[in-house]
Amino acid sequence: MPSDFNLLIGGAAGQGVHAITGPLAKSLVRHGLFVHVTQSYQSRIRGGHLYNLIRVSATPIYSPREGLDLLVALNQETVDLHLWELSKEGLLVFDADEVKTVPESLRSISLTGDTLLPDTKAAEIAINAGACGAILGLLGLPVAGLADLLAETFADKGEEVVQLNRLAASRGHELAIRQGIRVSLAGVSFPAEPRLLISGHEAMAIGALAGGLTFICGYPMTPWTSLFNAVSQRAARFGVVVEQTEDEIAAINMAVGASFAGARALTGTSGGGFCLMTEGVGLAAMTETPLVVVVASRPGPSTGLPTRTAQGDLNFVLNAGQDDFPRAVLAPGTPPQGYLLTAKALDLAERYQTPVFLLTDQYFADAQFTCSASDFPQVHPAREIQTGPAVGTYERYALTESGISPRRLPGFGPELVVADSDEHTPDGHLTEDLTVRVKMHRKRLAKLQGLARELGSLTITGSPEAPLVLLTWGSSFGPVAEARERLQQTGATLRLVHLAEIWPFPRKAVVQALTGAKKTVVVEANASGQLAGLLRRETGVVADHLILRYDGLPFTPEYILRELAGIA
Amino acid sequence: MLPLELYDSLEPAWCPGCGNFPMLKAFKQALAELNLRPEEILLVSGIGQSSKFPHYLKCHTFNGIHGRSLPVATGVRLANPNLKVVITTGDGDQYGEGGNHLLAAFRRNPDITLVVHNNQVYALTKGQASPTSDQGFKSPIQPEGVPYPPLHALALAVAQDCSWVGRGFAGMPEHLKELYKQAISHRGFALLEVLQPCVSFNKVNTYQWYQARVYLVEEEPDYAPENELWAYQKAKEWGDRIPIGVLFKKPRPVLEEAFPALAAGPMAVWPLERPVAELLKDFY
Repeated sequence: MPSDFNLLIGGAAGQGVHAITGPLAKSLVRHGLFVHVTQSYQSRIRGGHLYNLIRVSATPIYSPREGLDLLVALNQETVDLHLWELSKEGLLVFDADEVKTVPESLRSISLTGDTLLPDTKAAEIAINAGACGAILGLLGLPVAGLADLLAETFADKGEEVVQLNRLAASRGHELAIRQGIRVSLAGVSFPAEPRLLISGHEAMAIGALAGGLTFICGYPMTPWTSLFNAVSQRAARFGVVVEQTEDEIAAINMAVGASFAGARALTGTSGGGFCLMTEGVGLAAMTETPLVVVVASRPGPSTGLPTRTAQGDLNFVLNAGQDDFPRAVLAPGTPPQGYLLTAKALDLAERYQTPVFLLTDQYFADAQFTCSASDFPQVHPAREIQTGPAVGTYERYALTESGISPRRLPGFGPELVVADSDEHTPDGHLTEDLTVRVKMHRKRLAKLQGLARELGSLTITGSPEAPLVLLTWGSSFGPVAEARERLQQTGATLRLVHLAEIWPFPRKAVVQALTGAKKTVVVEANASGQLAGLLRRETGVVADHLILRYDGLPFTPEYILRELAGIA
Repeated sequence: MLPLELYDSLEPAWCPGCGNFPMLKAFKQALAELNLRPEEILLVSGIGQSSKFPHYLKCHTFNGIHGRSLPVATGVRLANPNLKVVITTGDGDQYGEGGNHLLAAFRRNPDITLVVHNNQVYALTKGQASPTSDQGFKSPIQPEGVPYPPLHALALAVAQDCSWVGRGFAGMPEHLKELYKQAISHRGFALLEVLQPCVSFNKVNTYQWYQARVYLVEEEPDYAPENELWAYQKAKEWGDRIPIGVLFKKPRPVLEEAFPALAAGPMAVWPLERPVAELLKDFY
């Protein structure tokens, strides 16, 4: 029996691909399965082709894979585009009112609105819920849990819609069982505690809230929007002020203003939106105002591929803004890491009074992973603000060894807080005294040493002595990790080194992690090998090979293994 | 009334005779008469000669980047609604670089006073045309003169229901002081444009030029700033006669009231910790 089952649900935008995916994926998780959902969509509201890949496994998974065991086609285009991916024993479930051409040799289940919900004219509900029911039937799972989820999902559409959904789901379920086709997964056991199905950006939103966020603002842009949404939907419940701004320039300046006045503030954007924000990044650094900025990448330059994925903005985020200033750049590889790093970003920004970046991408933003609650430990955010009477005259930018000046807020006492984007004296007033300039610049940059001490932990898996090293960063962790595991299962030895805390660059830790490496292969989703370039600049280590992907799709273990085979 | 020395700060680096000097004095007098102590006010500014204003007046200060004072100040108000926030900006900073933020502020109506020092020229960069330069105004970049008419920002403000709109003149500091006091005391977004002669780079719109044209709108028989259409006519009037005074008033709910969470006071004193188990509930 296979331990892993891959299904694709495809159709035109507006046909309900997401409506099926949500309740289906959740019900599979509730049945004790590990689920990984990847979204692929176009920049349009109706029409076009979109699909969700749902990978189901009895054991933990954190990556999409290639090859399909089940294709759910809501239209002909889905069959035409994806049939080649279906395995020999694969199955097709299709809407017979939309799909007219199906190879005869193929095992298939045909659904129609009329057979599932006769006389209701609710063909869309019938097919969507019916397909969900059929999938559960094929997997030998009961339909009751799905019915509950459909009721939760469609509660606001009224009792009739809920009932139609339930009915269609159980009819689809019966239909699949009657056909006698079964795909059973080996080794499924119910977890002691229920598991979570959570996307990268949802986990980061939870991390922001757990980390004490009080203010978020931004301008909508894919793929950043999903994080903005996830916080905003919870804002009233957890007491967060949310403001949609007129543009990204306003977003970063408003976040800086809020932070200056005492908010725990976060803003974010994607691609071109971050181009607009860059002057504000320098403002936060120069005025030493805490700020967290999420940059959710998509392939560029310019508008690029709005709804596809890439890791092409590492160089940009590392270098955005004029001249030198301290910053931290964090790029999570899993939802739990996204949760922890977002909370940590707020904490670091507060204590170091400088911008901290969280670098993500469309794949990580939208992909849903199965996790345990224990992956999300309680965090305890704290303020780093001085109150009470100051000794002598308060200076906002007092020169210190660490570069960190005691921070006060305007409006909490007689001490005046003066912040300036011009080069300034310790009391915050603009200056053209060039010796002061040197001292101030040095003071700001000194913060990098403190940041470096607090950052730079790596994830190292596999054989730590193995001569073959796969080095990767951010969201590519899952596919690279699975590629390593699969190769290891064939008897090969190799190690994986993953960077999530990228700047300040953890030179020592990386050099140590690469000790004894005979072949270093850097895996990243851009065309030039941006991490490989950084590695060379910071350590002198030249990667032996690059495995790159920049077609807008996330890595898969298969893609990496094919490339590795070419290298070895 | 508080003593004026309370606000003494650095020596201004403006040109002698600059319209900013009487403005600074009138502003200090307004604060003193309103009994606003330096620690009760935050001045936000951008880039330009007008944006140096906060360095010459003792108070909390955020001197940010070009054109972006409004979003910064709005963020401040949303983090700490107890702070009195005034922006000192210019025609280039606000109407040029920061135009989109002005449109958004009209809609949002945050409790902020926006003072636009309008000298109809870019003075910091030495004499180029600004969005309010008159048609035909000659500059190093426009030697044949600006080919199009100026922006009527106050007319835009009236059209968009800006909750308080006024204009003052640096050459009439006593009248200006009263406008400052009204604008600062107004609850909601107040746009106060001040005609501020630039003695170095604008040889057309001088003290004398303005003096010959300005008139007090409150002296017009029956003028009512609540009358939108009348206010619009006054806001567009520019040329031989230029009205100064309170042009328009329209009470509206302020932005800060849209956020019930702000009733708990400044964000700096909010508890930060949230139970993660509660946060994760939606994902099972």
